[in-house]
Amino acid sequence: MENKFVQAPFEVDQHITAHSNYFAGKMGSKFYVALRDSKEILGVRCKTCSKVLWPPRETCGRCFSLLTEDDLVKIGPGGSVVSFTRVHYSEPIHPDVDAPLVYAVIQLDGADSGMTHLIGGVDPEQIEIGMRVTPVFIENRNGNILDIVYFKPE
Amino acid sequence: MKRNVAIIGGGQTYHAARRHDVDQGEMVNEAVRAALKDARMTMDDIDAVFLGNMEFFEGTHLTDCWLAGSAGAYGKPGMKITTGGTVGATIIGAGMHHVAAGLFDKVLCIGFEKQEEGDTGAILSGVAHPLYGRSMAGAAVGYFAMMGTSYMAAWGAKEEHAAMVAVKARQNARKNQYAHLKLDITIEDALNSRMLAYPVRMLDMCPASNGACVVILGDEKTARDRCKKPVWIRAMDTAHNEQFEIDWRNVTLTKPIFSTACAARMYKRLGVDDPKKYFDVFEIYEPATWAEMVWYEDLGLCSRGEGFKLMEEGATAIDGPIPVNPSGGVLSTNCIGASAMLRVWEAALQIRGDAGGHQVPKEVNRALATAYGGTNWTVMTALSSSTED
Ligand SMILES: [Zn+2]
Repeated sequence: MENKFVQAPFEVDQHITAHSNYFAGKMGSKFYVALRDSKEILGVRCKTCSKVLWPPRETCGRCFSLLTEDDLVKIGPGGSVVSFTRVHYSEPIHPDVDAPLVYAVIQLDGADSGMTHLIGGVDPEQIEIGMRVTPVFIENRNGNILDIVYFKPE
Repeated sequence: MKRNVAIIGGGQTYHAARRHDVDQGEMVNEAVRAALKDARMTMDDIDAVFLGNMEFFEGTHLTDCWLAGSAGAYGKPGMKITTGGTVGATIIGAGMHHVAAGLFDKVLCIGFEKQEEGDTGAILSGVAHPLYGRSMAGAAVGYFAMMGTSYMAAWGAKEEHAAMVAVKARQNARKNQYAHLKLDITIEDALNSRMLAYPVRMLDMCPASNGACVVILGDEKTARDRCKKPVWIRAMDTAHNEQFEIDWRNVTLTKPIFSTACAARMYKRLGVDDPKKYFDVFEIYEPATWAEMVWYEDLGLCSRGEGFKLMEEGATAIDGPIPVNPSGGVLSTNCIGASAMLRVWEAALQIRGDAGGHQVPKEVNRALATAYGGTNWTVMTALSSSTED
């Protein structure tokens, strides 16, 4: 066998830290203030499409109608599980919950689109599509989607 | 070009350091609706949407996807374009090529930036070469500081000349209702502003702005049928440099670099002998005062080393013989993803006679817009009121 000297690959460590602030805007601000101060969940109704969308947004993507704060409507708080999965590993980007955790798409009552959130307070074996759930709020809410701890069976 | 392409409408948001009232989608939507109104069109009329911004500048990726609703792009063809400082012009280039090729008749082009939201300095450091440049990153200020030092040493220009550019830009911006830095400043103010990196002072640099611009392009039939004042894109070109060709610091260099190569190709195609006579107005991408004077030379508005004299004579003032950046330019408004598109849109407004308070006081039939990105590339756009030239 040929005895060849191999140079170890040379690498230079690169690290970029980038902090950002997202301004919630017209609709997002209304949503988070209602969630934080009143434990209310807001969607927006497009009169043209007769659809209630979550999250609330200023333009209906489908028909390009301009929606305003007057079109905001309360949805939920209860809803139905559209789909779900049980996650058996942990990642830094996951919410601060130990695996296994259950992610679900929940269609809140009165809404035509789903919200992704956690399911808790129930044996995962008992969760099924179509199951009725309701949000559990934390005590000290600061305007974050995790002001809802998880959804539990009604 | 296979088919003629015209700018048949456009619009912009107002530009400011803070837009806490809107999220990214709401801000983009303001410009989209303004452009549709200008073109007297609805989103249903639009065949495709092209959108772009600086990569990750506001902490978001895949902006074409998650701004689809606000952009009006739901279910429509299109793509995201990301070419740094030039992106606004590259988006128009992509739209223009699609229309010229016959693939679409009506295309909506969006450039935006919400600079206040992200760590733009950190993200920009990713532009520098990981092995040789990143640890020495000086961002945009450093780049133009080197240029200024070289420019003064080579040609005998003084800091006062940069100050004149600073004043021209902000005084023009005061005439532009959409501009960010509408500053009533004097040469003294500019010379006394805080030193950032010699010779670049605070007022020598562009601001970090939030804002969006939208331009709607149409084929010739659409333009003639439904647009009162179509502005024709007569030529577009782009050229790049590699970042270690330090040509941009050596302002005496005579070999072709990105800017001069691009201009030469475009002038040849259009048959331009004397650009300052051929074009009636210029909207150039000048993130720093020194860059404006170097652009005069790169574009052939004067000889090498004479740019600062052009400034001194007032030739490039809004009412001068060679008006440059009557809008106030990038020095007054820099929402980067929109900035190069704003140059094209402002040039189009001058040809339409619709620039309002900053309309140049002469007949405008042809205009040249440039874009500029670190590290060293450009996109140039030649506009005309006619398809005859
Ligand atoms: Zn709708």
